[in-house]
Parts: sequence; C-alpha cells; structure tokens
Amino acid sequence: MSIQTSATPLGRNDLAALVARDIAPGSFVNLGIGQPTLVSNYLTEEQNITLHTENGMLGMGPEAKDGEIDGDLINAGKIPVTELPGASYFHHADSFAIMRGGHLDICVLGAFQVSATGDLANWHTGAPDAIPAVGGAMDLATGAKDVFVMMTLLTRDGASKLVEQCSYPLTGVGCVTRVYTDKAVFLTGPDGVTVRETFGCTFEELQALVPVLKWKRELAAGAL
Amino acid sequence: MLEFIDTVGEAVAAVKDGSTVMIGGFGNAGQPFELIDALLDSGATDLTVVNNNAGQGDQGLALLIKEGRVRKMICSFPRQSDSWHFDAKFKAGEIELELVPQGNLAERIRAAGAGIGGFFTPTGYGTMLAEGKETRIIDGRGQVFETPIHADVALIKALKADGKGNLVYRKTARNFGPIMAAAAKHTIVQVSEIVPTGALDPENVVTPGIYVNSIVKVA
Repeated sequence: MSIQTSATPLGRNDLAALVARDIAPGSFVNLGIGQPTLVSNYLTEEQNITLHTENGMLGMGPEAKDGEIDGDLINAGKIPVTELPGASYFHHADSFAIMRGGHLDICVLGAFQVSATGDLANWHTGAPDAIPAVGGAMDLATGAKDVFVMMTLLTRDGASKLVEQCSYPLTGVGCVTRVYTDKAVFLTGPDGVTVRETFGCTFEELQALVPVLKWKRELAAGAL
Repeated sequence: MLEFIDTVGEAVAAVKDGSTVMIGGFGNAGQPFELIDALLDSGATDLTVVNNNAGQGDQGLALLIKEGRVRKMICSFPRQSDSWHFDAKFKAGEIELELVPQGNLAERIRAAGAGIGGFFTPTGYGTMLAEGKETRIIDGRGQVFETPIHADVALIKALKADGKGNLVYRKTARNFGPIMAAAAKHTIVQVSEIVPTGALDPENVVTPGIYVNSIVKVA
C-alpha cells in the first residue's frame, strides 16, 4: 500500500492549506513569520481558530488594508494587522507565559533543519560573521503543545533538511512533532521519524533523498 | 514621588552616564520616540540599553547607537533589514551584545520588578544561549537558570495617564511597558493624554501609578 497522496510535490500554498486542514477546531495557534503566515489564508470560520501573536494579542485578524492600518496594531513580523471580535491585548511577559505555560495548542514555524527526534534549528546559521537574532523562536519551540514545521525538504544543494542530528545551532531540543515539506509530511518524536504521506514521490524515492529514513520500512498510511 | 514634567528634555535628565536604560516598544509600536530623541540630545553616554531590538532605520535607538552612546545592548532581535547602525558597531567590536530569547527577556524584566532573584525556564535549554548557565531537570524537563534584569531608568509610552500616574496603553503598543515600568528604579512615561484623577476606570488600569515617577505629555 502506498502512502503517496499527491502525484506532484506540493507548492507553498497547497502545503499551507494542508497544515490549515490539520489544525483541530477551536485551537489556539501561533503562526511564525514567513511561510507559516500563509496558513491563515486557509483557516475557515467553522474551525474557530484563535491566532496569538507574541507581541501581545489573541484574536488577531487578517493583515490590515489601506484604511485599516494602525501603527499600534502590528504582528510579530511588524506587519499591520486587524483585531477580530473577542480579541485581547496583554503585555510581553503575559504573552510569553501563554507560550511557555503550554497554553497554545500549535505553533507553526519555519526551519533550517529538523532532526529525526524533533530537535529544531531555525534561528542562526552559526556563521562566524553572522549577527545572531533569536526573537521568540526558542520560546515558541519550547512552549506550544505541538510544534509544526513548514519547510522545503531539500536545500538548494539537494541536501535533506530532515537530518539525524542538526548541524546548525539548536533552537529547541525534541520539540518538533510534525514536519510539512513539499515532498512529504513527517512525524517526529522521541522514537524517531515516521512518514505520514508523500507528494510526487514514492516512499523508496523519498528514502533516497533523506538518509535518516534509510532503514525505515514503509507503513500503510492508515497505520500511522 | 510622581511628577508631571513639561518637556521631554527635563524628563530624561534622570538618565546619567553609565545608566542602564529600558526602552519600551516592539517595532515602532510603543516606542517612546520623543523621549529617545531627548536622551540623544542630553548627551548621556556609556549606556546599557534594554529593548527588544537594537534600533531600526535612522531614528530613535538606532541614532543613539550610531552616536556611540550605547556600550551594551540587551535584546532578543538585533539583526533586521534596517538595523545598519547596530550592525556596523557590532562588526567593528564597538558594542557589546547580550542576546536573550524574547520570552526570557520579558520574564527577566518582570522578575526584577517582582523582586524575584531568578527562575528556571525551559526556553533555551540545550542551546548555545544556555551555555555557561546553571541547569536542572524539573518535572522531567531541562531548564535554565535566568536572573532578573534591573534598570536605573525606564522610558515607556502609554496612551493615557491620570493624576495618580495610572496608565492605560493602546493595542499592541502595550508590549514591554508594564513590566519595564515595574523593573526600573525610575520610570518616565510619555503619554498622548493626561486625564483627571478618577477618569480612568480602576478596573481598566493596566499599570498602577505606584510604578511611575515622571509623566510628560507628548503631542
């Protein structure tokens, strides 16, 4: 039985739609800067998702359009946003207590690398001349009940970003639970990695791209 | 003692050479630009500045850094597309950086205001930002010991103050204001409006006036 669910790799928007579909109704969610922000375009009203932004708000609405722009109402990426009915504001220590305290159901982050056991590297390349900047990355990675990563599976050079051990500086240890990529969705945890589904490749073709899968057997999608 | 001060220049006279200064704001929201400009004009130097970022563009904190008035930055996210003044000073080795995960920064500031001597947090455990710090396994999770960040002066922005120094903020401009007000020995607040005592609903006061020393109205 194959776990290939798409004949082609998924584009950024299709992947965002898949992540959105996987978020349980009623969840409190933080979407990281960049690709994860696309997920908000695919959340439905019926899902009743409350978005958190770490600069101090629950109930964040879509990006503000011309007439709605208010310099006092921005998201973590410093983009002007809107507030939805039922929104709330709070100071920074409370906002990070919401994360660290395990109150968020899901956060969705980008990554440079994820290890098979869910270690995350997404804040620093480790290059000696790079100016490090961490922001809320470590807090998000550590605090949410589930940490989903969205990334392309391969670097420009064709190396897998899903690795046995991260070579970049870590953001968090054993924190990632799922990895959504253009070629497959992976489940990560203390027991290692499993493949939930593949896009545009068979399990064997995926194994050839991702060394950490070398000894894994294909499982039927239903068994995962 | 709460004072209402006429000008931002007089308000920032409390900042001395060598002071540790907390500056509120996340991006431009909540940044007390007028107080920062006054600090620039005051000439105070050799400062340690606590802010989420390390200045953007050619305004505010970025100019303090450019003029060489900041000895050390304690922040979570110095590198941005328009942080060129910090970047140049950092690469030249002319500014010290203490990089702190954003939630640890907020909690360390909160701890200072609350009289807490330190705390263990899972954030940063197992990363290079925890190197050299005490760690413990608590409830099965690795945790890192973090200490409070105190300041001599805080510069923050609020929407309104009443005659008792009680403050309300506006939307995401609240960010670091309430915790910095509590953490500093001397808190200076710029507000858009000063309202009569009793005009703020006590249920809606965000920062009680006990944390506030100076208020200056900025048009």
